[in-house]
Amino acid sequence: MRSFAGGGLPSDDVIVRALRAGDEAMFAALLDTWSRGMLRVARSYVSTDHSAEEVVQDTWLAVIGGIDGFEGRSSVKTWIFRIVVNMAKKRGVRERRTLPWSAFEEDGGNSAGPHFDPVPPGGWTDPPAAWPTPEGEALASEVRGMIGEILARLPPRQRIVITLRDVEGCTSDEVCEILKISAANQRVLLHRARVAVRGWLADYFESVGQPD
Amino acid sequence: MKRFTCDELVDLITAYLDDALDPTEREGVRAHLACCQGCSRYFEQFRATIVALGDPPPEKLPIDVRDRLMSAFRERRPS
Ligand SMILES: [Zn+2]
Repeated sequence: MRSFAGGGLPSDDVIVRALRAGDEAMFAALLDTWSRGMLRVARSYVSTDHSAEEVVQDTWLAVIGGIDGFEGRSSVKTWIFRIVVNMAKKRGVRERRTLPWSAFEEDGGNSAGPHFDPVPPGGWTDPPAAWPTPEGEALASEVRGMIGEILARLPPRQRIVITLRDVEGCTSDEVCEILKISAANQRVLLHRARVAVRGWLADYFESVGQPD
Repeated sequence: MKRFTCDELVDLITAYLDDALDPTEREGVRAHLACCQGCSRYFEQFRATIVALGDPPPEKLPIDVRDRLMSAFRERRPS
């Protein structure tokens, strides 16, 4: 059996051909490479870990059923992530935890949503306080542990964009294609999300004390 | 080269990092960062935030779900 451990995935053509031919090693490689990110994406919309796991499972079942009809108009990865987003969104609506996507249209616009203005009018009165240097492993793992909770505070559209871009490492083109949004909109959502997360991290570092 | 105030500058960081600015804007951002302590520190923290986000706690599909999916794949008849 082939292994893709550490070697990355082959090209889409190879992946699609292998899946259609029933290549189990290839399917396992995709499962192990993408399920993590899919779980995080699903969690942006649904309320529990269990729901997220079900969404990811249903997505893979849809992939198994849909691979013969896959036309290659997008990459395999964006195809699969689009399925997971759509399934999770529907499920989230059903759970009434989130409002329909369209209800959040405005958090990409100019008016709404928590908006952080880091710089006081007229410029910095004091520059932002220094953060502790990342050489403290304990600190790094503490921050790592907070990420999920911090992301959960973001408005849904900001949350899904920053999850795809910064947590999963998707390119902006991939994010635009997965979410069907414009590049400009994607950038606004991403920027606001990063500003908010930086602000929360700054609050956290302030609360645990300043370095000298 | 464009000149930016501090609050204009912080709004452009994501576009700057994505290389989505035109050359005069890009140069203006660089020049501002080179001489503004507040913005350069903010910029570094912004980048540190992105690094922290890219290092999330490990996450795994539960083994029973994985097993179920492997058998679903196995049972599918290749066309
Ligand atoms: Zn400045």
